[in-house]
Amino acid sequence: MAIFDEELVRLNGLVLQMGSLVEMAIKNSVQSIVERDNEIARKVIDGDHQVNTLDIEIDEESIKLIALRQPKAGDLRLITTAMKITADLERMGDLAVNIAQRAIELNKEPVLKEYIDIPRMREIAQGMTRDALDAFVKRDMKLAKDVIMRDDEIDDLKHKILSELLFLMTENSSIICRAMRVTFVAQYLERIADHATNMAEMVLYLIEGKIIRHTSKLL
Amino acid sequence: MTDKVELEIKGLNFYYSGDIHALKNINLTIHNKSVTALIGPSGCGKTTLLRCFNRMHDLYPKHRYEGEILFQDDNLLANGNDLIKLRSRIGMVFQRPTPFPMSIFDNVAYGLRLKGIKKKSDLAERVEKALKHAALWDEVKNKLTASAYDLSGGQQQRLVIARALAVEPEVLLFDEPTSALDPISTSKIEDLVMQLKKDITIIIVTHNMQQAARISDWTGFLMLGELIEFGTTERIFTAPSEKLTEDYVTGRFG
Repeated sequence: MAIFDEELVRLNGLVLQMGSLVEMAIKNSVQSIVERDNEIARKVIDGDHQVNTLDIEIDEESIKLIALRQPKAGDLRLITTAMKITADLERMGDLAVNIAQRAIELNKEPVLKEYIDIPRMREIAQGMTRDALDAFVKRDMKLAKDVIMRDDEIDDLKHKILSELLFLMTENSSIICRAMRVTFVAQYLERIADHATNMAEMVLYLIEGKIIRHTSKLL
Repeated sequence: MTDKVELEIKGLNFYYSGDIHALKNINLTIHNKSVTALIGPSGCGKTTLLRCFNRMHDLYPKHRYEGEILFQDDNLLANGNDLIKLRSRIGMVFQRPTPFPMSIFDNVAYGLRLKGIKKKSDLAERVEKALKHAALWDEVKNKLTASAYDLSGGQQQRLVIARALAVEPEVLLFDEPTSALDPISTSKIEDLVMQLKKDITIIIVTHNMQQAARISDWTGFLMLGELIEFGTTERIFTAPSEKLTEDYVTGRFG
């Protein structure tokens, strides 16, 4: 294999490594809420520096490849996609940290209610992240489009949670503080899914060379 | 860049003597006042194609063209064309600078004198204009009578470009114009090419893909005498449609 190809394989590997860390952070952050586990929450918060380190490493590697190898066509699209996916992953990692921080706050207070839709949102957001990364690895257009389609589902769930909590808050003002925190968590999960959608859109660019962001002519 | 067509190549085949089929059914549109780069591996036919545009192959007997190259609606491959006139309308700059063994002034005036311009003031005016156009005037205005060989390689190449520009061509063909030059001279020629396209149509053959990417609006990729893909340079270098093009521009050819 040519040295440049090896470098691209390495870049690919770094993105996946970062992706799996973020995917795990999303899973653990929601677990720390559902199971009221501060230790897991702290693990998520402390683990974010690994994500940040990879963020920088991937950027440096990409810039180096652009400068030294003058990549073109598919290589150029891979490197630009890696850089943009990384920016999304980094934000997703931060949002998982935010969820973990809310978990620690929530765990100091009595249980608000049983969580049903939050774990459901987590499942979809995590699945979208995993599939976007999978589509990246396999250059799978169908899977990437499927990720983008799932974004509506998570938006609906968020609205459902918000209206439920709003109702509870009007009934009982003593829960406002906790309900707001849960509202934030729903908001964070919805944003995580947005970033996964961005990633899937970049994967479509990687495969087809067409930028489909901010257009409705997707599928 | 305009949408106007400068050259329309239709079903072009070219055979070197001995029936070597060097260009195979080329169809291509060259746009007016744009830079078109022809890229491809050695022996792919890009220089052969370039040399069709001003009938350079006619210097050797037994070479044969088929098809049409429409230049402003006239087929320039038709018999009976005035080739001297054609070559002043479609000029050419070669890989190595080819100054004539005479003064800087006389090099640029050469084509003008051939065209019958004799009056000294007219010649001086047009030589100055051509040298300015070729971004060489400031460097040579005080030594116009010096031999062209006193100039550096990069300056000689710009002198040759000035000589081609003096007769006011509509199209200028460049055959790897910077492959013998250092990076600074190369960048001057590249700047010049981008300036020139305001007034004339440029077709350039280059082995340097970065150069094609930097200066051209359109890129054609040739292999084994066939035009594999033609499109905007941006598309060819970011998302080519053909696997062969992708392999070539990413350096995975062969």
